[in-house]
Amino acid sequence: MGKLSKRVAIVGAGMSQFGRLYPLKRNPDLWVDAWVEAVKSVDNGIEPKDVDACYVGNYSSDLFNHQGHLGPQMANLVGLTPKPASRFEGACASSGIALRQAVIAVASGIHDVIAVAGVECMNELPTSLVTDALATASDALFEYPAGATFPGLYATVATAHFHKYGTTSEDLMRIGIKNHENGVENPFAQMQRSIAQLMQSKLKKLEQQGKELPDWKDEFDYLKSASNPMIAYPLRLFDCSLVTDGAACVFVAAEDVAKNYTDTPIWIAGMGQGSDALSVHDRDDLTGFLATREAARQAYEMSGYGPKDIQIAELHDCFTIAELVALEDLGFYEKGKAAQAVKEGETKRDGARPINTSGGLKSKGHPVGATGAAQAVEIFKQMRGRAERNRQVKFEVERALTHNLGGSGATCVVTIYEK
Amino acid sequence: MTEAEEKEFTIQNYLEFIQNKKLMGSKCKDCGTMYVPVRKLCTACNSLNMEWVPLSGKGELAAFTSITVGTPYFIELGYGRDKPYCFSIVKLKEGPMVSAQLVGVDETKPDTIKIGLPLKVKFLENELKGETKIDLGFEPA
Repeated sequence: MGKLSKRVAIVGAGMSQFGRLYPLKRNPDLWVDAWVEAVKSVDNGIEPKDVDACYVGNYSSDLFNHQGHLGPQMANLVGLTPKPASRFEGACASSGIALRQAVIAVASGIHDVIAVAGVECMNELPTSLVTDALATASDALFEYPAGATFPGLYATVATAHFHKYGTTSEDLMRIGIKNHENGVENPFAQMQRSIAQLMQSKLKKLEQQGKELPDWKDEFDYLKSASNPMIAYPLRLFDCSLVTDGAACVFVAAEDVAKNYTDTPIWIAGMGQGSDALSVHDRDDLTGFLATREAARQAYEMSGYGPKDIQIAELHDCFTIAELVALEDLGFYEKGKAAQAVKEGETKRDGARPINTSGGLKSKGHPVGATGAAQAVEIFKQMRGRAERNRQVKFEVERALTHNLGGSGATCVVTIYEK
Repeated sequence: MTEAEEKEFTIQNYLEFIQNKKLMGSKCKDCGTMYVPVRKLCTACNSLNMEWVPLSGKGELAAFTSITVGTPYFIELGYGRDKPYCFSIVKLKEGPMVSAQLVGVDETKPDTIKIGLPLKVKFLENELKGETKIDLGFEPA
């Protein structure tokens, strides 16, 4: 129980450009872009004949694109027909689940190499319908009729956390500011601009329009202004991740063949998946996520590592409050203590444990079903010292973690990586 | 047997009670665990030995939000950017929590709404396309 019967490594990983790309790019285009990037990253090369199966993580092409059955479609586009090809769904954790299932299949000996895909093209729908499509990941029977939106459910977690631990909106804003600063350094990110840059361009625009200029002393003043409208109190626009089209591709390989592809594979040290009641009101704790704590417990146990051993992590910041809560649920900080650590800069790129160097879902973008695989792409780059621009962390990364949360927290996959 | 006792423990029957302005749950006769919304199988002790019980409709605010970008249903009800609504999670006196609209508070000043606020049930009569639908709501007690 709880152990892989052989070691499994990531030997290649890449992602497409993330952004508001529809109709220039649709699911097949995004996926092939990601595949090409991932193939380029395999040091000794990889060909379709080397790949035994294609596991596709996708949340809802049915609702976004009126298309189901993505497995064989994606496999065919990269020359994998007639190999096994399946789609995995777990809301925003879909490709985290696909990665976990691929690792399990490879460890079982059934396959040696699997291409894990994460694909989502959301902008085919107008934003209002995107929100409604995402709401199907929460409880349609009792939460939705009571008015719950996706930001709304995370907002309830925020008000509960604020009440119990004295957390403030500024604490959440710091997370958004940090992730936007990281996104500037990621050429694949949707929004490669810092909050300070966005504030300056807003001021410039107002000046050009001859309007009275607001008295913003810093980013916080900007984020508290009407330029950052409330979506669901206390979450404002810049507390929410983006609506994104994008794909990611990860090659996982068994230990017996991994060295054929690279001298520096990134090993899966531990993995876990947890679940919780679909409805937030059916959960014992409103200030955190049981599914995260369970997934983390399994991953730590399998790896033999603990929170203190993790040097960098990609956390599922679909909303700023989600990153704060994950820092606590993963055991990086005690409950109620993460906000102070964020304030002291510990999660910044030059901090003690950098979080979301990719820019996170907040700035890199959140094509929901592609997010889990895209998190693994960032870790693969960082651990091999190949993150683009100026975002490579300044120390050797031996151990890292990804946290991929589904829906309003009813599914979570945690993965720990080592060299 | 009363009408309530004969009903199956289904979502439809739970919702029909709400249409009749009754908040009902199921209680496990073996271990006493309460379920709202109703459940047929007790996941605390794996029993099917359930009974319908009326709820007092009293509780307190466990978590909430004031929503400016709402669901299509709430937009049709007239809510929006200038008229936000409160989505809340209410901890009932009997133990379980439910999701419901919170009314009788100032949705435009959400920082004045306090978790722990004592609440009582208020069945909301919402008119949509000429038909009246009863939705579960709560208001300050």
